[in-house]
This record gives sequence, C-alpha cells and structure tokens, in this order.
Amino acid sequence: MAAVATAPPARRGATKAGRTPQAGPSPQAGKGKNGALAWLVIPALVFFVGFAVLPLIGVLVLSFTNWDGIGAISPAGLANWFSIFSDPLMYNALWLTFVIMVVSWLVQTPISLLLGTFTAGSQKYRAVLAVLYFLPLLLSSAAIAIAYKALLDPNFGLAEGLRLPFLAQDWLGLPELALGVVIFVIAWQFVPFHTLIYQGGVRQIPKSLYEAAEIDGAGRVKQFFFITVPQLKYTIITSSTLMVVGSLTYFDLVFVLTGGGPGNSTRILALDMYLKGFKANLMGPASAVAVILVAIGLALALLLQRIGGKDNSGSQLEGL
Amino acid sequence: MASVLSKAATAEPARTRRTPRRAGLRLRRFNVPAGVAGWLWLAVIIIPIYYVVITSLKTQAGYFGQNPLAVPASPTLENYKMVLAADFARYFVNSALITVGTVVPSLAFSFMASFAIVRGSGRFLKSVNALFLMGLAIPLQAVIIPIYLMIIKMHLYDSLLAIILPSIAFAIPLSVLIMANFIRDVPNELFESMRLDGCSEWQTLWRLALPLAKPAIVTVAIYNGLGVWNGFLLPLILTQSPELRVLPLALWTFQGEYSVNIPAVLASVVLTTLPILVLYIVGRRQLLSGLTAGFSK
Repeated sequence: MAAVATAPPARRGATKAGRTPQAGPSPQAGKGKNGALAWLVIPALVFFVGFAVLPLIGVLVLSFTNWDGIGAISPAGLANWFSIFSDPLMYNALWLTFVIMVVSWLVQTPISLLLGTFTAGSQKYRAVLAVLYFLPLLLSSAAIAIAYKALLDPNFGLAEGLRLPFLAQDWLGLPELALGVVIFVIAWQFVPFHTLIYQGGVRQIPKSLYEAAEIDGAGRVKQFFFITVPQLKYTIITSSTLMVVGSLTYFDLVFVLTGGGPGNSTRILALDMYLKGFKANLMGPASAVAVILVAIGLALALLLQRIGGKDNSGSQLEGL
Repeated sequence: MASVLSKAATAEPARTRRTPRRAGLRLRRFNVPAGVAGWLWLAVIIIPIYYVVITSLKTQAGYFGQNPLAVPASPTLENYKMVLAADFARYFVNSALITVGTVVPSLAFSFMASFAIVRGSGRFLKSVNALFLMGLAIPLQAVIIPIYLMIIKMHLYDSLLAIILPSIAFAIPLSVLIMANFIRDVPNELFESMRLDGCSEWQTLWRLALPLAKPAIVTVAIYNGLGVWNGFLLPLILTQSPELRVLPLALWTFQGEYSVNIPAVLASVVLTTLPILVLYIVGRRQLLSGLTAGFSK
C-alpha cells in the first residue's frame, strides 16, 4: 500500500460536475493506484455478484428446469415457458400489475405533487401538518395491511365508526372492490414518500421566479402550472420512475392484505410467482414469471431514463 | 411567498378570475382551498392511525360494544401484555440483529467501493460502477427463487444470516450511487493536500473521505436500515422457525393466530412501530432525508 502513496496523483478534471467516474488521470498515474483502489470494490462486488447478479442468471436458468423446491433439479426445456404462456392466471396477473401501475401513478402523482407544494410552504400550520402526513412512512407494509383489514371491517371498522352505511361494504370479499382497496392502501402508504420528494424539489425552485410572476399578475393557479410544474420536471421523472418500477414490488402489502383474493382478483405478478413457486412447488414456471418481472422492470427503468434524459444518475445530493 | 405555492388552488380555477390583476402581493393572504384540502388529507392519514391506537387499548367487549371511533371507555394495556407474552421481545431482538448485521457491512463495503469508483479510473472500475447502476433495477422478488436455492445449498436456510447476506447485496447499489455522488463533490484540492502529506489512498479514505461523507452515510444507513427492519419477503422465504421470526413476519403470523382478537392484533401493530416512532420524534429531519435517500435533493 505504501507504494501507492508515492504514485503521482490522478488529475481529475470534472470532479465537481462529474457524472461518471472517468476523468482521466495522467498517463503515469499508473496501475499502482488503480490497482490498490480496485481492491476496495472487491467486497461490495463479491456480495453484489453473489446475491444479485448470479441469482439473476440463475432465475433464467431455473425457468428451463423442473424443481419442486426440495428435490433434484431436472432440465425441462421450454415446457415452463409454454405452460405459463398458456396460463390464464399469468395473463390475469400481468393485467392486474399493469392496472395497478397505471392507476397508482394517476392517483399518487397529482396528490403527491400538490401535497409536496403545500408542505413546502413556510406557514407554521403546514409544517405541523407535514409532520403528521409522513407518519405512514414509519409503518411496515405488513402493519399497514393488518391495520386496514381491521379498519375495513363492515361491522367494527370505519363504516360503523363514522355511521356511513355506504362504507359498510365487504371491501376485501368482493373482487371488484378488493382491487380498488389495494390501490387505495398503496396510495396511503406511498404518497407520503413522494410528497417528501416533491417537497424537496419545490424548495429548490428559486423564489425570484415567483416574485417575477407575481409582478406580472399571475395568480396561484398560473404560478403552479407555469412555474412549479415545469421547474419540477426532473423531480416528476424521478418520482415517476420510483413509482412505476416500485409498483412491481407491492408484494408484501398485497400478500398480507388480500393474499391475492378474493378469487384471483388481486393476484399480481409478484404474488403469482410466489404462489406458483412456494405454494404449488412449481419453481420452474415461477422462475419464468420472475424473468418476465425482471424484463418489465428493466424495460421500464430504461424507458423512463430515456424520457428523463441524463438527469437521474446525476449528483442528486448537491447542497445536502 | 409560499402561500402562492398553493395546493388546492388548482381545484378551484375560478379563484384566479376573481382575483383582481392589480392584486399583486395581496396574493400572500391565506390560501383557503389549500388549507381545507390540507386538513382533509390529514383526516385521511390520521383516522386509520387513530383507529389502530384506540382499538389497541380496548377490551374485547369494548371492541364489540362501543363505536369503533370512540375513545375506549375502560382503557386497558392487557392487549400489550398479551403481545409481549407472545415472544415479541425475541422478534424485536431478531429484527435488530438483521438490521445491524446488514447495515454495518453494507455501509463499509459500499463506502470503500464508492471511494474507489470516484478516485480511480480505468475500465474495471467503470464497469463495476455500471454494474451497480444496473443493479438498481433488479427487483428482489424476481430473484428470490435462486436466492432460496443458494441459501439451501449453503446450509444457511432458517437462520438470520440467510436474511442478512442477500440484504447486504441489495443495499449496495443505491448506497454506492449516493455515496459516490457525495464523494465526487469533495473539492479535489483536499485530496491533493492529503497526497502531498504523503497519505496513501487507504489513509485518505479513512481520514478525509469518511468524515466528510458522514451526512451521506447517515442517509444511506437510515434508508437501508428501515428497508431491512420493515422487510417481509426474505424472512418469509428464508426462515421457518418461530424463534427466528422478525417483527413484520411476527405481525403476520400473530394476526393469523389471533384473528378473533382484533385489539390484540392492533396492539402488536402499535408495539412494532414504536421504535421507529421514537426515532421519528428524536431525529425527524435525518430520518426523513434518509427515507428519500437523497432523491428529494
């Protein structure tokens, strides 16, 4: 290691603005330094390759095998793929995942955007409200699901408490209602997170923009649509990416809240994989579903990054 | 000024039309629609929480007899005693163990890696960085089956270590991204002066980068810590013994066993949330900035 200290320094041009760790060192800055530095990434690399990259390859391999979760693994060719592509449950799961993704985005984005703008205000009462708005962030998905199961009970829950008969539905027992409940509870859980993101974004908008707009006579609504929203472009992209890619992973909440039911009305893709693999002991088909899950996740992440330009990997922590 | 950044103003476009053009700075006055909507949203958030807390203090008779939103007539802590008697102290310890066991190594590994990625160059480090960035898009659920297989083969099934190892791996990409961005903002002159003092990269890492990166490390620790603390999937798949349950899993099994005793079930929800609530009260700012992992900046 001592040899490294004497090596000439690496001149890094774009240290501050740098988005990628390129920034060429002087030619003789040498292998010594990079060699020593390379050792520092090894522990992280070993864990990441071992428990994320290899399993990613593994899931693809397993999708071409038969395995019951206990016994031996045997090759299965394309059988699992044929079976899931002729499985109505898989199409149902794909459709439900898509519906939840789109509706969740449509519900959560405007609410979070407005709440983020609201809580970024300097009034005292807004700060106090914000402290309470963020409470759902403290709860685990399991806790939230359990709380809502009790709350939605038609006889001893919210409907009876507020004496509103129309709320006294069998919320988790009817297929048409259960999906709506899932979307609502997801919003309840995740809107605070996105509110927090938008709050940070709004606070970074220069005040002078609003002052100028006010002198020009623009009202609140105009200021919101012509200053706040355009200025939040990158925040909206970040939040939407997390929301859309995250919607593939609502497993915990749905698992505890409905278990996929009633019937298969809330059996989303991740749940379909779990039930096929760990309940029906069909790891092969479950792996094929998992591969679809990965493919959708990667495709969405790439698509949204394309829309968002180069922003996302940038230095989001500037000024922290 | 901030009052102009109104929330519910959008819900009532008529408002601008009523506002005289010359009003200018008079817009600072109280934004009524935003206020109303703000309190309404508070109700949406608070009523479920209020319901959980008061119900957890009710007797079974109170639960069946009283209005669900009424304050308990004879508050009782019996439900909490019952939850504690159901071994929740052990589950608490398990959760703490997997959280610390994940956060500490993942922080150390990620910090070293991000330092190397920022300070170094060359194809190897670049591709490692690209690999980590790609890793951000891998959903844990999608690779749970091979992880399960690996854990069985390693003879780690049904142990806390089985939860910890994959958790470390999945904490790394975002941690490296955030810390690398942070280290990148350290002025080059500081690194330069360390070099002139004859420090090796290893010494620079500990003496310069580590103290400077503290805010990023706290952020990442909170984000990863909460993720593991509240995590459900890995414990569900990789453990089965009751004595190895972590809190979210214990909540789920408890509500399965005691589905007739809702006050006790809700007491378990409150009890498992208390530690995080204490954190929220003590260090709200840090917790919140940790929660968004810097996405809000």
